[in-house]
Amino acid sequence: MSIAKNDFVVLTGVSGCGKTTLCRCLNGLIPNFYAGKLEGDLKINDVDVKGKSTAELATHVGFVFQNPENQLFSLSVERDVAFGLENLGIERELAIERVNWAMEVTGISQLRNKAPYELSGGQQQRAAIAGVLAMRPEIIVLDEPTSFLDPKTADEILKVISRLNREFGLTTLLVEHRLDTVSAYANRVIVMDKGKIVLDGPPEAVYDESARLIGIGLPKVTALFHLLKRDGIPVTINPITVTQASEALRRVSGN
Amino acid sequence: MISVEHVSFHYPGSSETLHDISLKIDDGEFVAIMGENGAGKTTLVKLFNGLLKPDSGSVLIDNVNSRDRSVAELSRQVGLIFQNPDHQLFAETVGEELRFSLKNFGFEESVIENRVTSLLTALDIEKYVNASPFMLSGGERKRVALASILVWDPKHVVMDEPTIGQDYLQKDRLRNFIIQLISQKKVIIVVTHDTEFVAECNPRVVLMSKGRIIADGPAKSILTDQTMVEEASLVLPQMTQLMRSIPELHAPDDIIDVYAARKFLLQALKARVETRRERR
Amino acid sequence: MSLRFVEGFKFTRIDSPIHRMDPRAKFILTLGFFATSLMFTNVYVLLIIFLAQAPLIILAKTWRRWGRSMRGGLFLGGFIFVMNFIFGTSLTLSIAFTLRFFAIMSAFSFFFMTTSADDLGLALDQIHVPYVVSFTFTTAVRLVPTMALDAQTVVDAQRSRGLELDKGNIMKRIRNYIPILIPLIISAIRRSVELAEALESRAFGANENRTSITTLKLHRSDYAAMAATVLGVVAAIYVYFYLPLPNLIIPFKTPHLFE
Repeated sequence: MSIAKNDFVVLTGVSGCGKTTLCRCLNGLIPNFYAGKLEGDLKINDVDVKGKSTAELATHVGFVFQNPENQLFSLSVERDVAFGLENLGIERELAIERVNWAMEVTGISQLRNKAPYELSGGQQQRAAIAGVLAMRPEIIVLDEPTSFLDPKTADEILKVISRLNREFGLTTLLVEHRLDTVSAYANRVIVMDKGKIVLDGPPEAVYDESARLIGIGLPKVTALFHLLKRDGIPVTINPITVTQASEALRRVSGN
Repeated sequence: MISVEHVSFHYPGSSETLHDISLKIDDGEFVAIMGENGAGKTTLVKLFNGLLKPDSGSVLIDNVNSRDRSVAELSRQVGLIFQNPDHQLFAETVGEELRFSLKNFGFEESVIENRVTSLLTALDIEKYVNASPFMLSGGERKRVALASILVWDPKHVVMDEPTIGQDYLQKDRLRNFIIQLISQKKVIIVVTHDTEFVAECNPRVVLMSKGRIIADGPAKSILTDQTMVEEASLVLPQMTQLMRSIPELHAPDDIIDVYAARKFLLQALKARVETRRERR
Repeated sequence: MSLRFVEGFKFTRIDSPIHRMDPRAKFILTLGFFATSLMFTNVYVLLIIFLAQAPLIILAKTWRRWGRSMRGGLFLGGFIFVMNFIFGTSLTLSIAFTLRFFAIMSAFSFFFMTTSADDLGLALDQIHVPYVVSFTFTTAVRLVPTMALDAQTVVDAQRSRGLELDKGNIMKRIRNYIPILIPLIISAIRRSVELAEALESRAFGANENRTSITTLKLHRSDYAAMAATVLGVVAAIYVYFYLPLPNLIIPFKTPHLFE
């Protein structure tokens, strides 16, 4: 598969399909951290990255993990966001500039002196994203970043991620099971099954009956329209958002 | 039956975690306790099996005051399944894991073997009876944890965030399993913030926010109340949002799941298609 | 020995002149109290050393927790006193040893209550301790509350399955800790793997010359504190060698039971 610049890709599939493994190939954790056999080519910006260390790739591919608790290292948010830059040996003035920018963009500037354990789950994930952002990668990979968050906070985090994609051109790959909200932000959905990519395309195209058969949980509006189609209602699209669905229903009801 | 009467509780060193909670759950009920992270949901359910004792007020399990019994005694009636199975798995084999609680509760050998076998079969993990629980996948470990609590057949089953990290098929299987348990007349209490999962189960919903119960009623009424839902840091179910975005169809105000939406739309849309045909 | 004892070594963020002090200066202060406590067996002097910390504790606004941790240390202090006295040490000396214990414990409690692990890490960095060492230390401190919570959850989970930790003979009680220890260890390992993944993804170890956005600077007050400590230790040495001091004399000794 290939991902274009500025893409917002949602990677999904049932548990064990290989999506977690795949995204760990993208930043070097496979094969550098996890043993095993890796075949094939991986190119980032047309450059072959086989043999590059995770540290080298960190400036190109940022990675945000599921559990906010286990990716915060420092006892203050500011120092945590600077952590990656300090590791890279970035000089102080530039590092401070980047840290301030990353915190502003993720909306946590006012939390700079707080300790990670004083933050809510949502704030912790923002801090984690800021810490990755500060290293200025072109690509960001997020592995189920909203699993532990309540729905409203999850929405807020997705909005932050979407903003980074649209305004700052950050190519985004997000792994997720719950497709209801995230599909609206994606221009592309990749579905994996048993270690292979089986579907790939814009969400409206991917979310048809065959996707349901693989066992992924389609957004409720999409599932609804599949049922209506089977019942003989003349709907033609696979809606991704409530707005798309309500427009389609208006057309069908003759308004 | 669980009866919570004017209970307040606070962890040492923090302000009140639960404030004047009153709640009654009857035999055979299915209740979802929902609310934002930190609302006090897990604290509340830890009162049900005596892990925590209230500062003031009382918690009665089948009319027995939780203060008068040990955790082991209360756990016989109230099975609490924790969010992370790794916090309880320790045995060499899955079978041993299930036998653990039965031995603690003093069950007889013959009964133990029967129970273990039937639970493993019910949760589709009998092939793992001699496997190490640590070798299993995340979803399988969750099922082992679930089995190890249900194996002593507690009357009340409490699940803390059972849907986190689960894919759609796993949630579906869980939902069906809950339906089975309800048919066995158990009291099922699920702590969750997964609105869509609750919408598909349609239980009674107890909504909590900042240590208080802010709403209590059928899922259809609670999950469609925008103010309440937002206060508890949740989101309206997608079907509810959809129905509200097409007011001209005059949908009933309490649609929360796909099947109810479909049913309504079929009759509403077919009616309009008919009237248009008649006009021609 | 309750958890109150441990509380006296936990950092809390308070705005006080002591909290703002450079950790290196604070550590010199603590070492000063430590060294002078070891020097003397004179009850009066040890009492002075112990009480001399009081104004610092008050300045740091931590006297309540300090008091609680002193109370928590009463058990160990009492143990030291009794063990010494029973085995033939004079009453005076037993009291002196107990006082010494409290003086030292109080000095280190003062240090850890007013210094965050991050600042400690920074201080270690700036005195050129290898980064891996200071990072390990800071991470360990950061993980203590997390793991304590994990431990509590595991205990809760197993108690909810009928495990009774307070029943049975000594052998059974020890075996009852297996269902606690194993999940704890496994959780710790899983957590470590997750942390390691995250560290790798933030380029940990990429550059031998690590930079830091915050640096500790010694201010005049820090220099003053360090100078005062040096003066105090010098004075103590003088007193020890050259000034004869009256000691508390209690003519009582246990009968020679264990000689």
